[in-house]
Amino acid sequence: MAQLDNKLQPSKAIPFYRNVKVLALVAQIAFLLILGLLFWWLIGNMLSSLRRSNIPLSFDFLPQTAGFEIAESSIRYSATDSYGRAFLVGILNTLRIAVLGIILSTIFGIIIGIGRLSSNWLLRNLAGAYVELFRNTPLAVQLIFWFVAVILKLPRVRDAIAIDGIFALSNRGLTLAWPVAGESYAAWSIWFWVGLVVGVIAYVLRRQQLQRLDRPLVAWPVAWLAVLATWLVSWLGVWLFTGSSPLVIDQPHLSGFNYIGGVSITAAFFALLLGLTCYTAAFIAEIVRAGILAVSKGQREAAQALGFTPFQTMRLIIFPQALRVIIPPLTNQYLNLTKNSSLGILVSFPDLFFVTTTINNQSGRAVQVILIMMACYLAMSLLISLFANIYNSRMRLKER
Amino acid sequence: MSTTAQELERPQQQSDVGAWLRQNLFNGVLNTLITIVLVIFIPIVLFLIVRWAIFEATWQPVATNFRLLMTGRYPIEHVWRIQACMAIIYLLFGLSAGIWQGMVRTIGIGLVGFAIFFALFPFSVSARLWLVGSVVAALVGYFVGRPFSSKLRIPVIVLWLISPFIFWLLIRGGMLGLPLVTTNLWGGLLLTIILAVVGIIASFPIGVLLALGRQSKLPIIKWCCTLYIELVRGVPLISVLFMAVLMLPLFLPSNIRIDNLVRVLVAITGFSAAYLAENVRGGLQSVPRGQYEAASALGLNVFQTTFLIVLPQALRAVIPALVGQFISLFKDTSLVSIVGLAELLGIAGIVINQPEWLQVTGGVEREVLLFAALVYWFFCYTLSKISRRIEAHLGVGTR
Repeated sequence: MAQLDNKLQPSKAIPFYRNVKVLALVAQIAFLLILGLLFWWLIGNMLSSLRRSNIPLSFDFLPQTAGFEIAESSIRYSATDSYGRAFLVGILNTLRIAVLGIILSTIFGIIIGIGRLSSNWLLRNLAGAYVELFRNTPLAVQLIFWFVAVILKLPRVRDAIAIDGIFALSNRGLTLAWPVAGESYAAWSIWFWVGLVVGVIAYVLRRQQLQRLDRPLVAWPVAWLAVLATWLVSWLGVWLFTGSSPLVIDQPHLSGFNYIGGVSITAAFFALLLGLTCYTAAFIAEIVRAGILAVSKGQREAAQALGFTPFQTMRLIIFPQALRVIIPPLTNQYLNLTKNSSLGILVSFPDLFFVTTTINNQSGRAVQVILIMMACYLAMSLLISLFANIYNSRMRLKER
Repeated sequence: MSTTAQELERPQQQSDVGAWLRQNLFNGVLNTLITIVLVIFIPIVLFLIVRWAIFEATWQPVATNFRLLMTGRYPIEHVWRIQACMAIIYLLFGLSAGIWQGMVRTIGIGLVGFAIFFALFPFSVSARLWLVGSVVAALVGYFVGRPFSSKLRIPVIVLWLISPFIFWLLIRGGMLGLPLVTTNLWGGLLLTIILAVVGIIASFPIGVLLALGRQSKLPIIKWCCTLYIELVRGVPLISVLFMAVLMLPLFLPSNIRIDNLVRVLVAITGFSAAYLAENVRGGLQSVPRGQYEAASALGLNVFQTTFLIVLPQALRAVIPALVGQFISLFKDTSLVSIVGLAELLGIAGIVINQPEWLQVTGGVEREVLLFAALVYWFFCYTLSKISRRIEAHLGVGTR
């Protein structure tokens, strides 16, 4: 008995080379050591080759004059501005294309995804053909095709496809009529904020009322109605009072060699937006389709039994449930779209990557320039993931 | 009794055309409207496209530059080596089809059909002979493989495993009396395939290790792997390529010169490994806990558990995802044209800018780009179909 007990007792003298904790620690330290040595070697090589070619490893070039023009920018920029500002222009251009692309590809993707599940044979197969076509060819080929073979082949500005005062489409891009601030905008602008405040108050009141009536707490329609009503009434008031509209429609018109007025999309931006949207929409369509198929058939049948129309069934029953399955892969597509916007260089759209390559050519600071670019892309990816996670957890809370 | 059951089993099937049309095209007002619009719209678009492709398009640049598009500036007197690689692939596929039948045979039949289709085109006599030779190799392989399926299993797997090295040796040369063909002469579809295949093969072990590292209980290893995966997945491939081309020479001692293809391959491998790791991690998570517990109850150590019990099951579950990743890698190789390698898209750009097509009204961009797109599409679409069949075959998701 005593012998048996002895065997069952954990013996105190586990040799250190068999102790799992010690082994784990040693393994990790060895791993770190090897990694550290590798990095030390690589960075040592880098430093010595930089020293040999006389390139300092500092960021002091950022305030220096960039000395190159950027084709389009959402902030004021000229060749006399600094490298730092050029980076900012690139970042803003990337954000602009990413945000617009995300919105458009989501709308387009949902339409195609639902189209793929349509009971109409023709529509179903057309949507299927679209998805197979766009998903299975590289984005780079599509982008160059949109740019070189479609947009640059549009008529010249002189013979643009246009409806006067509304839009003009030419090989220079697209120009659209757009509302801009009129003379009395300053007088009206305060009412914009008043409208929002009224909206919040209306939301709170309506919510309380609904709570009293014991009805579903959907207060936003009334709140938005209040906002729009305030804006409209104040608008008319300002217009009558000052005799000029706060917002006027700026119409595109031909002046010299190009259209001016309204809002313009350059050919490069247009091609990149088209390419990214059509490509990503094909992926989003598949995600939407899978999400809708994941909702159990009983839900649709129950909705039909309750007398919902097909549209109501989709909007109120199927889609909200499908959304839970859809959001995580959809986030991935948003990340992909943002990263893919770096292909803008193929159509010479000055996004972050394009600006980075130019700055590298101008300043020769490859290491710093690449570090900044990588950090910016990482920050954008993290930001999108963060928003998506917040939205996702909100959607999940509603689960019963 | 049984006859009544038979009679009640299924209602009379409505197989007439009218019922099908009613059900699929005219069920409801909205669908009828959509049908009418599409019936008018689709034929018009198709007609315009076909009319353009037959009467207006200039396919001359694609036809004259076909070799350039396929193999880049690979010397014409050495093109037979690439054709030999193709013949070896056909032979191996024939053998495998004979041994395993099923799916492999379907793919093999597709490959043979593909070669016969291309042999009908007016290429040079030697190219057509090689195509016919490949078909013969596949057939020979099939009829050798079928009777000796049990004996040939292991040798064929070994042959498949060493075949990439044989291909590399044949294409690059510089050994065994084969003259060296430097990598800057490789291009076109050949380079596209090399980039994608080497990328996926090289990233596979790294990706698996990264996935295991991320699942590890050792915090430092776990953090390092997670950091690497998330860093790489957060930046675009083209920025990684750009970094490899500019910075890789800086990181190495000054006496080591590495050519552009190797830099790009390093970038593609490192990039692909991070994505592969996430796919494999999905597979690792799908292995039930009981498997780990059973393995440790049997007295297997950590390595045995990982490599004999967990990984085989995990990798089996992620095969479709891996094919999907190969497809996206295949498409992504088109980005290397930005850093100066002439793969299919890069060559297409060169062809478009050849001076002899400047006279063509409307340019030849559409024709050349459409051809490139068609080649990419053919590969990706075929692979995605294969992936779907593997998925059905493995029963992933249904078990």
